[in-house]
Amino acid sequence: MRFMVMVKHLENDPNMPEPDEEMFASMARYNEELVKAGVLLAGEGLHPSDQGALVTFRDGVPTVTDGPFAEGKELVGGYWLLEVKSREEVLEWVKRIPADAAVTSRVEVRQVLSDDD
Amino acid sequence: MATLEANRTVEAVWRIESARVIAGLTRMVHDVGLAEELAQDALVAALEQWPESGVPDNPGAWLMAIAKRRAIDQFRRRDTLERKVVELGRDLETQEAPNAEPDFDAIDSNIGDNLLRLVFISCHPVLSTEARVALTLRLLGGLTTEEVARAFLTPEPTIAQRIVRAKKTLAKKKVPFEVPNAAELGERLASVCEVVYLVFNEGYSATGGEDWMRPALCEDAMRLGRMLAELVPAEREVHGLVALMEIQASRARARLGPDKQPVLLFDQDRSRWDQLLIRRGLAALARAERLPGEPGPYELQAAIAACHARARTPEETDWARIAARYARLVQLLPSPVVELNRAVALSMAFGPAMGLEIVDRLTAEPSLKTYHLLPSVRGDLLAKLDRHAEASEEFTRAAELTRNEAERSLLLDRAKESADRAGSL
Repeated sequence: MRFMVMVKHLENDPNMPEPDEEMFASMARYNEELVKAGVLLAGEGLHPSDQGALVTFRDGVPTVTDGPFAEGKELVGGYWLLEVKSREEVLEWVKRIPADAAVTSRVEVRQVLSDDD
Repeated sequence: MATLEANRTVEAVWRIESARVIAGLTRMVHDVGLAEELAQDALVAALEQWPESGVPDNPGAWLMAIAKRRAIDQFRRRDTLERKVVELGRDLETQEAPNAEPDFDAIDSNIGDNLLRLVFISCHPVLSTEARVALTLRLLGGLTTEEVARAFLTPEPTIAQRIVRAKKTLAKKKVPFEVPNAAELGERLASVCEVVYLVFNEGYSATGGEDWMRPALCEDAMRLGRMLAELVPAEREVHGLVALMEIQASRARARLGPDKQPVLLFDQDRSRWDQLLIRRGLAALARAERLPGEPGPYELQAAIAACHARARTPEETDWARIAARYARLVQLLPSPVVELNRAVALSMAFGPAMGLEIVDRLTAEPSLKTYHLLPSVRGDLLAKLDRHAEASEEFTRAAELTRNEAERSLLLDRAKESADRAGSL
């Protein structure tokens, strides 16, 4: 089973600390654990939305809005694609994501559709 | 936690942690069988306690601590018993030397090192291939005996017995818990790769619609392969194996037609190939190629698979490169089937005459006498050279040899087509 794991946070959250050496190091260690366990298929961090864009479709017509576009909204900051045997297994992995005690972030976990679905 | 969810959570933690726990325990007690029993005891404790207390922050350490406590208790009791026996039987000279003393302070030193030792002991050549497969899936894959049994369409008691006997053999032969030395490493690693690839093939050949446990074997194998790649990152063949599995698996969705019949590579809808797996396979192959040493059979097969994976259409296939890889492969695995594949690649790259030269030699090969692909390929090459009467004969022979209905009718069609063209000359 494949799961998409998306780390979300409020963009420009005043409570969000500047990522420091230690944060990077513990995230690197976590990624290494995923690799060593053989469950990581893909994972990337995303640029903030000020460099991104929002494309809105209305009546089949697309409109492009340059970023930033997420005042007060949650955005995906990064994702992992994990291959595991069960929903419980991906949740166990997600619980191990290193988290700063001062910050509340939300991680969305969604199963990827397969041919059998 | 509701009980069913709790059990599934414990199972999930087991899948993540069990190999390391068993590896660490084996390092302590010098006996894989005992280590696994102790780990199982810890699992039972988890199933009893976690629904109430919740999953601990460090589940691996929790399991290890429980198992270690049991181990210490057991050995204390054994020591007490032995002392009593010694006291009672002071006159008896027949006391066996005790097992090597357990080392409870063996710090969870190098987890990776212990895991690697567990890999090598599970795939030890003293065990039969079947035993290695069952033991590896159990100890390293974290599968239950029932899951292994379902995956291999074998009754559970048979698998259970197989595992019990394997552990007994390892104990009896005093197989050491160690990473092989440099001189043996290549051969022992080949044995590990063989086990992993066997599991992969078992899953790969399972057709859709059957018990999902079987195709899931591919994922089990790939996971083991990826783990191995991180344990022995300097070994080319391991990355080659991972590359081969990822690229083959990338075709899984295109391999079966709507009628569940296998679809040949050249007829597959390439838009259904999993590009993520292809990308990962190519990355693993690149990793192999950057390492010193010569490519081994897995890497060469992966390189061939990569040529197909890179071609957006069959016409874009780099046949010359494939032919070159087959030439090296046949030196390592001198098999007539590999040589036949080389002939096909050569003919695609340089024209049918070149391939026919090799195929003609292969017709004398005893092991290929009933191999339908030989006359099938020969017929194809002859047809391309306008030798239609001969081609027709070959297609007919191939049709007789194949057991696949769809293929038989395809071959008979070609036989007729060739016969018609021969007749019209």
